[in-house]
Amino acid sequence: MTDVTLTTRKPFLGEGQRNGLIAGGALALFIAALVVATQTGTITRNDWTYKIFVDPFVSMVDMPDLLVQTVWEGFVAGVLYSLIALGFVLIFKASGVFNFAQGIMVVFAALSLVGFYEFLTLTVGMPPGFIAAIVALAGAVGIMFVLAVAVERIVLRPLVNQPDIIMLMATVGLTYFLIGFGEYIFGGSPKVMITSQLGLPTGSTMLDFAGGRINIQHLDVAAAIIAAVMIAVLGFFFQYTRIGRALRAVADSHKAALSVGISLNQIWVIVWFTAGIVALFTGIMWGARSDVSFALEIIALKALPVLIVGGFTSIPGAIVGGLIIGIGEKIGEFYWGPLLGGGIESWLAYIIALMFLMFRPQGLFGDKIIERI
Amino acid sequence: MKTTRLALGLGLGLVAGFAAVSPVGAQESINFVHNTYRTGAFSGSGIPVADGVRDYFTMLNNRDGGISGVRINFEECETQYDTRRSVECWEQAKAKNSVVYVPWSTGAALATIPRAHIDKMPIFSMAYGLSAAAVGGTFPWVFNPPLTYWDGASVWIQYIAQREGGLANLRGKTVGLILLDAPFGREPIPVLEALAREHGFTLKTYPIPPAEMQNQSSTWLAIRRDRTDWVLVQGWGAMNPTAVREAGRTGFPRDKVIGIWWAGGDDDARPAGPDARGYLALSWHQVGTNFPVIQDILRHVVDRGQSNSAREKIGENLYNRGVYQGMLIAEAIRNAQRLTGKRVVTGEDVRRGFEVLNISAARWTELGAPDFAAPVALTCADHNGHHAAFVIQWDGTKWNRASDWIRPDRARIRPMLEEAARAYATSNAGWPARSETCDQPS
Repeated sequence: MTDVTLTTRKPFLGEGQRNGLIAGGALALFIAALVVATQTGTITRNDWTYKIFVDPFVSMVDMPDLLVQTVWEGFVAGVLYSLIALGFVLIFKASGVFNFAQGIMVVFAALSLVGFYEFLTLTVGMPPGFIAAIVALAGAVGIMFVLAVAVERIVLRPLVNQPDIIMLMATVGLTYFLIGFGEYIFGGSPKVMITSQLGLPTGSTMLDFAGGRINIQHLDVAAAIIAAVMIAVLGFFFQYTRIGRALRAVADSHKAALSVGISLNQIWVIVWFTAGIVALFTGIMWGARSDVSFALEIIALKALPVLIVGGFTSIPGAIVGGLIIGIGEKIGEFYWGPLLGGGIESWLAYIIALMFLMFRPQGLFGDKIIERI
Repeated sequence: MKTTRLALGLGLGLVAGFAAVSPVGAQESINFVHNTYRTGAFSGSGIPVADGVRDYFTMLNNRDGGISGVRINFEECETQYDTRRSVECWEQAKAKNSVVYVPWSTGAALATIPRAHIDKMPIFSMAYGLSAAAVGGTFPWVFNPPLTYWDGASVWIQYIAQREGGLANLRGKTVGLILLDAPFGREPIPVLEALAREHGFTLKTYPIPPAEMQNQSSTWLAIRRDRTDWVLVQGWGAMNPTAVREAGRTGFPRDKVIGIWWAGGDDDARPAGPDARGYLALSWHQVGTNFPVIQDILRHVVDRGQSNSAREKIGENLYNRGVYQGMLIAEAIRNAQRLTGKRVVTGEDVRRGFEVLNISAARWTELGAPDFAAPVALTCADHNGHHAAFVIQWDGTKWNRASDWIRPDRARIRPMLEEAARAYATSNAGWPARSETCDQPS
């Protein structure tokens, strides 16, 4: 009889690391082959392989200022996408509902701000300027609070414990109500965002970079800073305050939260109000880049790929997802768009999201859903 | 007995009531169902146009009792610039015996052109829609005066040549076209490509998907990368103010950005504030309220509280374009009444009225719009006229005229249109040969 000791040697690399190494090696080989093929003249400038795999990178190296500018534009767009996605995440976490009305909330909040400002300056006779703008901003915040209370009372409360699809359809109904109500109150004409009255910076700074120039809009810098502050405050609020803990309890289980005395109704009002404030800020920033009209609603559709990438339940996911989509689509449009006739931005975001879905269906930061039979 | 008497009394009363009401009910009227988009993503462009045309017909009803004493039942059909809804509006217009269909969308025009000759309702797509519809021999039911997008492309390039010191100086230049990625946006491309080949400039196209109308930063980066010298804007709705803003943001010279006539709304330039100063667009009519017809609208419609428009927006560019359209349609209805001798005309009659449309300078004055626009005349063969346009420039608060009249290169455009019309008829199997008679203008 012999004693046999079985020892399992720990593999040198984990499965994921091994796959990553193989993929990285294959990519390095591919790039090396392309370089050799281009140098030896096997691939010429007119070949599609050159146009797809070589030319964009040559452009990036040749014109680094444009690369940095593209990444910056993508970053700014990404920050704004993140904010839209944040509105969805907050409500999804609290009530498990994909809030279809988030896009129109952006429009409604921005219209409320501009409409209230017009009311103050034209009807009430307040002098136009910063004070009137701040009063209008407070008014718009108030309107978003009233909306949150109304949504909770009229839409959500009667639907407690209904299947998620019913809640989703309720938000679809809310969207059409807000479109009609908004058009009735504010009219369909586009309005000009009160950017300078709110004290937001305008103008731009030109930076010399690698023989070129980079144009940084002051408004974009302000948008990035305000968004960062807003996300930090929200993160702190939901992580460290009593209401934040209550929100997370509600997100885990409505019934368990109710059983320990958390008011579901109160949480819903807070969450919808917070989503309304996020929508207001998003509306100000997008409105300042164009005008305030119902066309802004379409921008909110961009939140969907962002949520797929980042996960429906994660605030950091919304931010990282927004940046990936924002920068990815701008780089894609700028360097590969011309090969497909341009205008690829609108579907490229979904392709990026699809690639994430294949490898991480729950998104980068989303909760993995494990159901045991 | 009492009940019988009561029933008899009620019956007699109803008969008497109907008899008293019927003369009013039988008042002669002409129905006109007009597509609008006061809601949705394109309402910024749709509202002023809708206000202009609506106010013009309201003014005719209030001032003159309609056209030749026949009231116009003007009705709006909301489309949200959506082709499916626009086609539903076609059905609505047909059911209500509208004398003309005004799609206000190139996509809707393309979708309804094959129905016009069947339903006997003419299509009036003023300076938009299918450019080849200018060929009356192939499209007897479609009218698109005063000029097509192909003419617009020709005017664009001629204006750039004027600024560059001649067509010869276009060689080596890069002209960019930002276009809404929809049938409307793609219309001018064939002519611009032909002109690029002929004059040696490079044409770059930058399509903007409707979902990205307000998200154009990568497009304007591409314009910078391509070292584009001139930017043409074939845009509509929220795409236009965003393009003007982005031009300002990226520092592209605004006086080298030229919109098509639909990118020349006051609300296209105004949101960009000082950044929009210098922005150019094509047009073919004047702005402002300094015309008897606009004064009549103010007196007979606005002062009576019957207009949907804010008073300060009366006379803006797209509002006046709505009025211009109203004047052309009203004149076609008058022509139809004259040709047929009928007071209440049908769609078939109004089609004939359009074919003899002829508004001379003197006639513009009679209509209360002296020097408002250039004379416009159509024939059975030419449903467009390929009339001249000019360039307008935004000074920060309003549009001003910035060029003389520029005539499109008709000799070049017309054969291309005829070829396109032939191709359309060939690709649409069973496209009918023209059987409609041709009236002679008196």
